[in-house]
Amino acid sequence: MGKGVAITGMGIISAIGNNVLENYDALINGRKGITRVENIETIQRDEIMVGEIKFTNDELIARLNLPPENNYSRTAMLGAIAAKEAFTNAGITNIKKYKTGIVSGTSVGGMDMTEKYYYEYLTEKAPQKYIESHHAGDSTQKIAEQLGIEESLVTTISTACSSAANAIMLGARLIQSGKLDRVLVGGADCLSKFTINGFKTLMILSDTYNTPFDENRKGLNLGEAAAFLVLESDKVVKAENKKVLAYVKGYGNANDAFHQTASSENGDGATLAMEKALKIAGLNPSEIDYINAHGTATGNNDLSEGRAILRVFGANLPEFSSTKAFTGHTLAAAGAIEAVYSVLALQNNVIFPNLNFKTPMKEFSMIPQTELKEKELNTVLSNSLGFGGNCSTVIFSKEA
Amino acid sequence: MKKVYINSIASISPQKTFDNTIFLDEITDYNDTVIFAVDPDYKQYIPPAAARRMAKGIKMGVVASKIAMEEAGIETVDAIITGTGMGCMIDSEKFVSAIIDNNEQYLTPTSFIQSTHNTVAGQVALGMECKAYNFTYVHSAISFESALLDAKMQLENDEAHHILVGGVEELGDHTTKVHRVVNHIKPKPVTISTVLNSKTKGAVFSEGANFFVVSNEKKESCYAELVAVETFNTLQKEKVSETIESFLTENNLKIEDIDVVVFGNNGDVDFDTYYNQLSEGNLSKTQQVFYKHLVGENNTVSAFGVWLGSKILKTQTIPEIVKINEIKIPEIRTVLCYNQYRGQNHSLVLLKK
Repeated sequence: MGKGVAITGMGIISAIGNNVLENYDALINGRKGITRVENIETIQRDEIMVGEIKFTNDELIARLNLPPENNYSRTAMLGAIAAKEAFTNAGITNIKKYKTGIVSGTSVGGMDMTEKYYYEYLTEKAPQKYIESHHAGDSTQKIAEQLGIEESLVTTISTACSSAANAIMLGARLIQSGKLDRVLVGGADCLSKFTINGFKTLMILSDTYNTPFDENRKGLNLGEAAAFLVLESDKVVKAENKKVLAYVKGYGNANDAFHQTASSENGDGATLAMEKALKIAGLNPSEIDYINAHGTATGNNDLSEGRAILRVFGANLPEFSSTKAFTGHTLAAAGAIEAVYSVLALQNNVIFPNLNFKTPMKEFSMIPQTELKEKELNTVLSNSLGFGGNCSTVIFSKEA
Repeated sequence: MKKVYINSIASISPQKTFDNTIFLDEITDYNDTVIFAVDPDYKQYIPPAAARRMAKGIKMGVVASKIAMEEAGIETVDAIITGTGMGCMIDSEKFVSAIIDNNEQYLTPTSFIQSTHNTVAGQVALGMECKAYNFTYVHSAISFESALLDAKMQLENDEAHHILVGGVEELGDHTTKVHRVVNHIKPKPVTISTVLNSKTKGAVFSEGANFFVVSNEKKESCYAELVAVETFNTLQKEKVSETIESFLTENNLKIEDIDVVVFGNNGDVDFDTYYNQLSEGNLSKTQQVFYKHLVGENNTVSAFGVWLGSKILKTQTIPEIVKINEIKIPEIRTVLCYNQYRGQNHSLVLLKK
């Protein structure tokens, strides 16, 4: 693609902080947000650890100043909070001035309310307002409503754990093709019994703190979060004299076409995604300064992704780390969370540690960066891999 | 920028549409509030053991994609992009009810694995061993149009040559019950001929899969050129007409240039006014057609509208059953599709011969 697409704002809410600053503070101080689950009644409570945002739904409603009759799912509320911060950060005051759209990723959508009121919907009047909040697109419609985006391109992607990375990719494409001048891209997912039990049946949930790329990794911690970036065209950046935080320099998407939920042993899909992203960015592997890995800490992911990284980078392997030990695996939001972290890494020339790592995996000698490290960074590559074989890579850069 | 062509179509719907050699020749009349897709012979396309594990949406998606690939005469594609507003309802319902009914115990992973929205796109990729770009859009009534727009951008920029695009939706029992409670489904059974004038709230819910191969080179099988796709999260009723006009202007067209307009009326007394104002207003002199009386309403049924438009352009015929009015057209060159659901998520798709 040559020239990158400008990022002019970002917002985030996760288990380690309610905004960008709080997240950064936790990242550089090694403060993880993994605890027992509090907001969801589940019999799995003592068997799992999660990256939970400690606000109750009522607290989120109050924070967003929503009327009592609102029908926002938790996903929509988390998304709205992060989206608003991103817009404020980008200094957007006049929505109508430029063609503005939204591309969001979610996998849970309004499932939190559906599982709560599943049978009650048929008999109780009060919860029926949430019936229309179930479908995945609803959370994005709500975010648009909160930001006052009307009569525009607003859409939602659901490709499991790569959703938000794909949202960034489509957003960049929409700017490059001139379809939009400005687009909010990212994702949101809340914790739910649905995902807790789903991942439990797959036996990939850790009963303790997750340990990405460790030989003795026991699985992932589910997390909830939302994060958004504002992408703007060169025209807007110039006209508004915008400060550019970083650029979306390249992106790649591929399918592993191996198994509905498991990744291929050699990480074919992830390899292809990284190669495509490098090609679009016009960069050689040796020009990547830091890899923010997907690193969920499941046996399958870390082996497959690790092998893919080795295939692409070989002897040129830069520092890499997974930040999932901080936040848990936030599913569809993960690509956006880690996009914000990648931009923070570029802005501050710092590599965030891969917490909880002790023993290298026996299959290869890859050792993640385990301590906070200062290093001049110009490019960061971020991976997001998901169910359905969906593999995505986004490359962020300091310079266009 | 390269031009984009619809090189093949495939439709599994409540009508017998999976056979591309016919065009709504036989019509199944229904007298119901929920209608199901007519099953093709799945065995012809999917090994029985695999088919048994698949919910209906997955089967419909896989088979529709195979029919589309066959007609386009290609083995693989540079991208697979699907749209589904509600996703895999059957497996989602299975898993949620199992969680509740058994208090989070004795659960098995199969339905969870198959519940994610990208299951169909993933299964199609697996079947084709296609490692290319793979996306799933899940934004209510514009899920399919989002997929179409994504494909169109990639083809125009020559990033891909052939892309498989489709919309798929399956009915889930519980979801149907729940939507009845809030009057999104018609209170009383209606037939093909009575649905539009039912004067009641809600629609006839349905399911189906519509897939297309779109390419930046014209194949012999070509149906139409895909000229433009536009979506709107909101649109006030009063602004629909002017929005259509400015959409046409952007594409160097005027209302008079539209030979056929494909409307998404579903007989919902609260929302059909979005279309009625056009059929009585600036599109009154245009040949109008509709299809939801035949195939019902679902989040990606607008893909059937594109199927219908494509078929009309290629065959240069308009089946009587879809005509709203009667206008003489010497040659059908330009088709406009307009759809919205419950006043939100509007889409415009422009096709040319």
